[in-house]
Amino acid sequence: MGTPQFSTFYPDFYIERLENRCIKCKRCVKECTYEAHLWDEKKKILKEDHTKCIGCHRCEAMCPTKAIIIKPHPSQFREHANWTPWFIKNIYKQADQGGVLLTSTGCAVPIKNYFDHLVLDACQVTNPPIDPLREPMELRTYIGSKPSGIEVEEVNGKFRLKKPLPPLIKLEIPVMFAAMSFGAISLHVHQGLARAARDLGTLYNTGEGGLHASLYEYGSNTIVQCASGRFGLHVDYLNAGVAIEIKIGQGAKPGIGGHLPGEKVTEEISKTRMIPVGSDALSPAPHHDIYSIEDLRGLIFALKEATEYKKLVFVKIAAVHNVAAIASGIVRAGADAVVIDGLKGGTGAAPTMFRDYIGIPIELAISAVDKRLREEGLRHMTSIIASGGIRCSADVVKAIALGADAVYIGTAALIAVGCSMCQRCYTGKCPWGIATNNPELIKRLPPEVAYEKIYNLVHAWGHEIKEMLGAMGLNSIESLRGNRDKLRAVGLTKEEMEILEVKHAGEV
Amino acid sequence: MWNRTLISKEISGCGISGIIHKKGKLISGEVIIKSICCQEERGNGLGAGFAAYGIYPGMENFYTLHVMAENSYALELVEELLAHQTFLNYQEPIPTRKVKTIKNPPLFKRYFVRPKFEGELTEICDELAEDNYIVKLVMEINTKIEGAYVISSGKNMGVFKGVGFPDEIAEFFRIEEYKAFIWTGHNRFPTNTPGWWGGAHPFTILDWSIVHNGEISSYGTNKRYLELFGYKCTLLTDTEVVAYILDLLIRRHGLPLKVACLALAPPFWMEIDEMSEERELLTAIRIIYGSAMLNGPFAILFAYNGGLVGLNDRVKLRPLVAAEKGDLVYMASEEAAIRAICPDPDKVWAPKAGEPVIVELEPNTIPNQRSYLKGRPREEDENELRVKCAYTPLFASK
Repeated sequence: MGTPQFSTFYPDFYIERLENRCIKCKRCVKECTYEAHLWDEKKKILKEDHTKCIGCHRCEAMCPTKAIIIKPHPSQFREHANWTPWFIKNIYKQADQGGVLLTSTGCAVPIKNYFDHLVLDACQVTNPPIDPLREPMELRTYIGSKPSGIEVEEVNGKFRLKKPLPPLIKLEIPVMFAAMSFGAISLHVHQGLARAARDLGTLYNTGEGGLHASLYEYGSNTIVQCASGRFGLHVDYLNAGVAIEIKIGQGAKPGIGGHLPGEKVTEEISKTRMIPVGSDALSPAPHHDIYSIEDLRGLIFALKEATEYKKLVFVKIAAVHNVAAIASGIVRAGADAVVIDGLKGGTGAAPTMFRDYIGIPIELAISAVDKRLREEGLRHMTSIIASGGIRCSADVVKAIALGADAVYIGTAALIAVGCSMCQRCYTGKCPWGIATNNPELIKRLPPEVAYEKIYNLVHAWGHEIKEMLGAMGLNSIESLRGNRDKLRAVGLTKEEMEILEVKHAGEV
Repeated sequence: MWNRTLISKEISGCGISGIIHKKGKLISGEVIIKSICCQEERGNGLGAGFAAYGIYPGMENFYTLHVMAENSYALELVEELLAHQTFLNYQEPIPTRKVKTIKNPPLFKRYFVRPKFEGELTEICDELAEDNYIVKLVMEINTKIEGAYVISSGKNMGVFKGVGFPDEIAEFFRIEEYKAFIWTGHNRFPTNTPGWWGGAHPFTILDWSIVHNGEISSYGTNKRYLELFGYKCTLLTDTEVVAYILDLLIRRHGLPLKVACLALAPPFWMEIDEMSEERELLTAIRIIYGSAMLNGPFAILFAYNGGLVGLNDRVKLRPLVAAEKGDLVYMASEEAAIRAICPDPDKVWAPKAGEPVIVELEPNTIPNQRSYLKGRPREEDENELRVKCAYTPLFASK
């Protein structure tokens, strides 16, 4: 017997099989990519290895007789407020393996969610609510740097714009799809996102993994990303979309680069990323040509030069302590939009410590950035895109009322295509066929299904946002932007309310 | 001290009325009193006011500051500041009457001033610079001097307002004794009771005056937008933002009046998308001035030294009627308010949602006459110059 592996002693989940329902079809064995279900050929019975179950619920969902229930393992440690099973098990894992704890998705620690402490306003008597079923209700939003004002001239008795506006991006709904690379997620999901973005009149983001050849046709709904690894980056790629996003950091792991484990680098990924099959794609923590703000300016204009000033350049940063000053620097460096990704932003792979403990909540970051840009007289000339932890349309409304122009959703879009938040994207074994490129697994999620689900989700959110706007007496989303009057805090401290620039519920 | 901290946005229903004589003939205050009092049901005795243009003949070249003060100490502070920052030509208390129902009114005084630019004793003839100077001065008094507020600051015009029914306020300020070529009046029905005289309409900045019936749901957005340009909303009412937006768009950004109205109450995207010639301009207005859009139900009348404009919100959620009789043009919340003073108008109509009624005096009718029908060059924005590289090729030779 070798060294005991403590981490395998205590499973997280318990697979319960209802024997009276089970027909031994072995579907569960086929569905489980983690081999938690086993078929004993000798005894002709199904067995389970609870230690391998990661709680994705795929078997439970696919079981034709609904004979499987996945639940938290009933085995318990003695209660201890500090030493919860989470910490104990993590220590076992590290003691067993000596490695960095890896995980996926966004911050799982119950750090205060400010969205849940903000409530919205509605009209009563003095001001009629507007009914979006009967009146026009506008969500259209333009992203990009804008002049402070316009000049008009009179030609033949008609007013005309004297100087055309710089290039801007039109969004029919201020909800875009966050950067998720081909590699981190399957080509099918990318295809679904691209098509949904086109039909919704919004944008999706390629992430740092390059752009698959089949997706160039969705260019006018594409943001291409230029991250520190520069994977898949060439001039056709830069020119493929309507905007280029320089990714400095991401909310799930501020201060470090991307991680694509070699297990996920298949033939197609290798071609798109321009790296060998099976090699780890680890992008460096910094861009090695950006060691300072003036270097960022250099890159912004290098990209603008390469694309003949036709493409917008966004700069994405993780929301960190000094986010407001950094954002102001980014605007002054010439970026067309600042993307802030909060603490709760998701990822396909991140060290657990980074995911859970680095960065600040997006709600506070939006407000701080909006305030700083206003104080510096820059806010109206640029756009703020917020991401990281947007879970529902009310979160979108709140983010905009706190000062964002638009939001990115990532995790929400993946949940729409079936993700059950098992947080094991980095393994490449996603049983739902989302965060994998295993040719067999990706068949579980065809692009048409991905498209339909994602389209439906955002379409539904659009309806809800319109209803909420109407209830507030607004018929256009720009009248919500930065409109703190529409927000009230419940259960926040004075400091928190000051940062968010909101009053407490009950205050007039 | 007036308790102003409670209300950051006024919520009220109202009655409004306005008259202009296109040839600049003076109209007695009795006329506007009659019109606004006809709409008494639209108010609840918690605010009324009047704006009058052409009331200070002989003083046309001086900015007239109507100052409202809680006590004489506040007035002293104002006077000290004015002594430093302006050439004070003349000052006097605004004549008032005792009215039984009005208890403890504030003090009212008017000052006829010209800006005194730092380090120079000679006057500068740049109108924009002078106006900006006065705007700053007004902001300074309103934000820094406790208990003192400038309720109007234009040339040859003035605002009279307070807490009470319109007939009481008219009596208090002896409105019937003034004669003006433009009058606007307001009768207020607030749902809260601030009991603060500064909260009554009209609201002004320079010679812009606004009376407003409605609630601006976009207040939070508008206020923040205006702060970017140095406006501080201190009177704690949403109407104030209308005055500042007009000042910004028309006076500082030089937009023609009609274009500014399009920014305030723009057409819907679905209408703009169908346009041909105007699409580019309208799209630009909505993109650049989206934060200046007034969202929510409103009917407003705004006046300046040279014109009167009526405007409804983009879906017409509040009433506004206009009428014409010879050189006189009338606008009011109700037709009855017009017929009370003009029983037999040549034409009566209800302006459409977002369609402004713009009436200007005939050219060269009065001294310092302003006309905003045409655009002017835009004031430079320092910040814009600094980040200009953001949309101008820097290294590009193209």
